[in-house]
Amino acid sequence: MEDQANKTTALNAASQKLLGILPSILNQPTLQYRTNIDELTVNLPGDLVHTICKILKTHTDTAFDYLTCLSVVDYEDILEINYHLFSYTKRHKMVLKCELKSTDPTISSISNIWRAANWFEREAHDLFGVLFEDHPSLDRLLLPDDFEGNPGLKSYPLHEYKEW
Amino acid sequence: MKISENINESGSTVDMLINMGPQHPSTHGVFRLVLQLDGELIVDAEPHIGYLHRGSEKLCETESYSQVVTLFDRLDYVANLNSELAYCMAVEKLLELQIPDRAWYIRTILCELNRISSHMLFYGVYGLDVGAMTPVLYGFRERERIQSLFEQVTGARMMHNYIRIGGVKEDTPPEFNENLHAVVLELEKAIEECDELLTQNEAFLARTKNISCLTIEDAIDFGVTGPILRSTGLVEDVRISEPYGIYDRFDFGIPIGSTGDCWDRYYIRMQEMRESLSIIKQAIKQMEPGEVQAKMRRIVRPPKGECFVRTESPRGDLGVFLVSDGSQNPYRVKVRAPSFANLQAIKHMLEGVYVADAVVILGSLDIVLGEVDR
Repeated sequence: MEDQANKTTALNAASQKLLGILPSILNQPTLQYRTNIDELTVNLPGDLVHTICKILKTHTDTAFDYLTCLSVVDYEDILEINYHLFSYTKRHKMVLKCELKSTDPTISSISNIWRAANWFEREAHDLFGVLFEDHPSLDRLLLPDDFEGNPGLKSYPLHEYKEW
Repeated sequence: MKISENINESGSTVDMLINMGPQHPSTHGVFRLVLQLDGELIVDAEPHIGYLHRGSEKLCETESYSQVVTLFDRLDYVANLNSELAYCMAVEKLLELQIPDRAWYIRTILCELNRISSHMLFYGVYGLDVGAMTPVLYGFRERERIQSLFEQVTGARMMHNYIRIGGVKEDTPPEFNENLHAVVLELEKAIEECDELLTQNEAFLARTKNISCLTIEDAIDFGVTGPILRSTGLVEDVRISEPYGIYDRFDFGIPIGSTGDCWDRYYIRMQEMRESLSIIKQAIKQMEPGEVQAKMRRIVRPPKGECFVRTESPRGDLGVFLVSDGSQNPYRVKVRAPSFANLQAIKHMLEGVYVADAVVILGSLDIVLGEVDR
C-alpha cells in the first residue's frame, strides 16, 4: 500500500486548496497527508475518527456535507475502514482511512454526523463484523438475523464448485 | 381485524402494524416494508432489505478482472450498461489506460440510451403505482425499441457484457447508424407523447404534487443522489461536476426541481430523457471511425493500489471502490449503489404521510433491488 503513495499527484484545484488548509483546521500534527491518484488521503487512529469527521462536516472551509461511501477492506490481520467524503459547496473530496485490529474491530459510529452512514455501517457490521459504538440500531442489514459469521471476511470460505 | 381490536381500554386507538412485501407487486422487487399506522397516518416505517443478496462483492474477489463485468450486469438490471461502465472505468483508472475515442462514443451513446430505457420503465411503472394503466404500455413500447437496438449491437437484450476493460467488445454493426437514427426520431416523438399523457393529468397531479417534500439538507445528509437530489433544487450531476469520459464535449442541461416532491422527481426524469437524446444526437455527429479497444495485455493485472470512481447512473451516484493487490483477481470491490442510499431515506420520507401515499413515494425513488442488495 505505502509504495503506491504519491505515485501520481493529480489533485484538482479544489482538493489542492483543501490540502493547504487542512493541517491547520484539524490541528493534529501526527497526521500524514498523502495523495492517491486523484484523492487526498489521511490515515486516522480509531479514537480520532468521530472528532475529525465532526470538524470536517461543520467547519465552513471544509464543509464535507456528503458521505459518498463507507467501505471495509479486509487485510487479514487488520480491517481498514474507508470514508469517502465529498463537499457539494466546496467541490472537493477526500478519503479518511482507519485501521482496526481484526481481533477487536471497534470504532465509534458516525451515523449521528451523516445519517447516510447508518446503513453503510450496518452493512459493514453485517458482512465484516465491525462494531460501531453508539449506532442507533446495529442489526444485520443484508443477511438474515439468525445468520452466523461474517461472509465479507477473507477467512470466510466461499462455496467451492465442483465442475461435473 | 375487528375495529374493537384497535382500541385499547382507555378508548384511544393503538397503532397497527402493516407488513408490505416482500412479495408485494408495488415494491419493485423483493423488498419488505413494515408500516406502523395510527389510523391512516404512518407513524413509523421500517424497511427490510437483503432478499436479493447474492454476495456479488465477495464473488468479484474470486473472478478475474474481465469476468467481473458480467456480475455488474446483474446489479442494476435495468441500466446494465451504466453499471458495466462504472466498473470498467475503475479498472482503467488503476491501469492508467487511454481509451480510444470511438469506444467512448459508443459507450456514451449506449449508456444514454440505457438511461432513457430505464426512465421509460420508471415512467410506465410509476403510472401503475398511482393507478394509471395506460403509461406502462407506452413506456414498454419505447423500451422495446431500445432493447432491440441493444440486441443488434451487443447480442443480448439485458445482460450485455459489452463494455469491456479498455473499450467495448466489438464495433457496431453496419446497419447500426441507420437504426439508431430511426430510434432517436421515434423516441423524440414518444417522449412528447408520454409527457402529454401523464404529466399534467389532474388525477396524477393530485396524487404526486406536494407529497413527501424533501429538503436539500435532508437529501444531502442521507446521501440521496440522482434525480431525487436534483428534485430538491440542487444542481448536481457527476457528468458535469466531475466529467468522466467524453461528457465535457457535449452541451446538455441538468433539469432541477423546486419542491422535492414526487411530481418533481417524476418530471426531472422526463426532462432527463430529452437531455440524453440531445447528448446522443451530438455524439452521432461527432463520432468518427476508429479503434474500439485499447492496446493492452490479454490478462488484466492492474498494479497494486486502489481507486474510487463516481459515475452518474440513471438512479444517481454510482461509485466503485476497487482495491488491487497486483494479482489477477480484484482484492476488494465495493459498489456504492445509488438505490441503496436513496432507499435509506424512505423511513424519513414516510413518517407522517397517509398510507395511501406510501406506494407513490416508494415508486418515486425508482429503486432496483439488485443494486440495493448486491
